[in-house]
This record gives sequence, structure tokens and C-alpha cells, in this order.
Amino acid sequence: MAERYSSFAPGGTAWVLQRVTAAVLVVLLAFHFFLLHFVNHAADVTAAETMARMENVGYFLTMVLFLVAGAFHGLNGVYNALVNQGLSGSRKRVVFWLLTVAGVALVAQGTYVALAMAGWI
Amino acid sequence: MSQSYNRGLIEDFGRWREFSAGMWAWIFHKFTGWMLIGYLFTHIAVLSSFLAGPEAYTDTIQGLEGLLLIRMLEVGLLAVAVFHILNGIRLLLVDLGIGLDSQDKSFYASLILTGMITVASVPTFLDGFGGVLG
Repeated sequence: MAERYSSFAPGGTAWVLQRVTAAVLVVLLAFHFFLLHFVNHAADVTAAETMARMENVGYFLTMVLFLVAGAFHGLNGVYNALVNQGLSGSRKRVVFWLLTVAGVALVAQGTYVALAMAGWI
Repeated sequence: MSQSYNRGLIEDFGRWREFSAGMWAWIFHKFTGWMLIGYLFTHIAVLSSFLAGPEAYTDTIQGLEGLLLIRMLEVGLLAVAVFHILNGIRLLLVDLGIGLDSQDKSFYASLILTGMITVASVPTFLDGFGGVLG
């Protein structure tokens, strides 16, 4: 195995989740762009069409999964980048919690908007 | 046992002239990642206009789409997203031990493919534009 490079060494839960969310996002980001720019043009988007899409439970759940995966992957990526830049100590802990709160707020707001679009609240 | 490659601190951007293809890929991946997460917050903020009513939502989306600047930024966003996806697939494969020997070539392929997809998408993004030039 000496010639085989792999970073698949024990790297903790966040490390694994970063890869799992990456795999999910490759599919969902491509799907999202394709659906809302090529199948439907963004300029033609109306509330009625958005609501019709979001009323579909499968689409709603896919969008919530997309949001959760994107928020985790993005904010964990920012955190890792800052740690690589040399962030440490109490500043590291503060940044961790700031990003966590920002992520939870983002997911909560996005889910709330999606529920409103679906007409369920 | 995995093999390690020590090329020094990549976060020392002042060394950019010494960067190899793989290091540029890493920098581009970070840069596009920062833009995508920044955009996600903006995107949810814009979509939140729905909470002010369906008309406010439609007006907000169509108002933004009527600006040439927004159309151009959307093309830029596509380029950023496509590169991040393609390079991300490259990273996942390298993580699985596939294609490390050609990781520089796959970076160049990601760049070229991103360019081609972006250019090919420009007409779609400008389709139906009849709004404000600026």
C-alpha cells in the first residue's frame, strides 16, 4: 500500500461528514442549477410555480436536505480554512460557535421559508 | 499506510509563484467555496421575500432578473459552482486513492470543462433579458 495515496485515514466525524455532504451536493447542486436555470429560467420564476414545486413532499424534503448539506459543508469548510490559516485557542472556539449559530439560523430560516412556500404554515 | 507529500504551508500565499497545479486547485477550491457559502446566505435572504407575500416574491425575483449585473453574476456563480463540483469530484476520487498520478491533469480538465460549460451557458442566462443595462 506504500504507493497508494489516500487521506481516508481516521479523521473524525466532521471529516467524514464533509465528504458525505460533498457527494450529496455534487448531485443536488447540479440538479438545482439545471432545474432553475435550464428547465425553468430564473427570470420566469413566479411564486405560483415555486409553491407548486414545494408542495411536492419529495421536492420539499430534497430542498431541505440540500440546505442542511450545503450549510454544513460550507460552514465546516470555512472553519477548516480558518484553522488552516492558524486560528487557534479561544478565538477558534468563538468562531466555531459563531459558525454553528449562523448555520442553525440559516437552516431554520430556509426551512421556515420552504414550509411557507409549501403552504404548510 | 499512506504516503505524505510535504510542500510547505499552502496558506502562505506569498509563495504563489512556487505553487504546483495541485496547490492552485486547493486555492481555487477554497476561493470558490467561500463564494458559494456567501451566496447561500444571500440566496435564502432573497427567497425570504416570500414571507412578505407571493407578489413580493415574484416582484423581487423578476426585478433582480431584470438587471444585467445580476445576469452576469449568475454566469459567474455557475462558473464557480461548476468548478467546485468538478474539482470536488476530483478530490473525492483522490481521497479514494483513484487518479493521484494524474491529479494535475484532472485539475486542468476541471478548468477547461468549467470554461466550456460556462461559455455554453451564457445564452441561457441572458435569455429573455429585456431589463436594465446596469
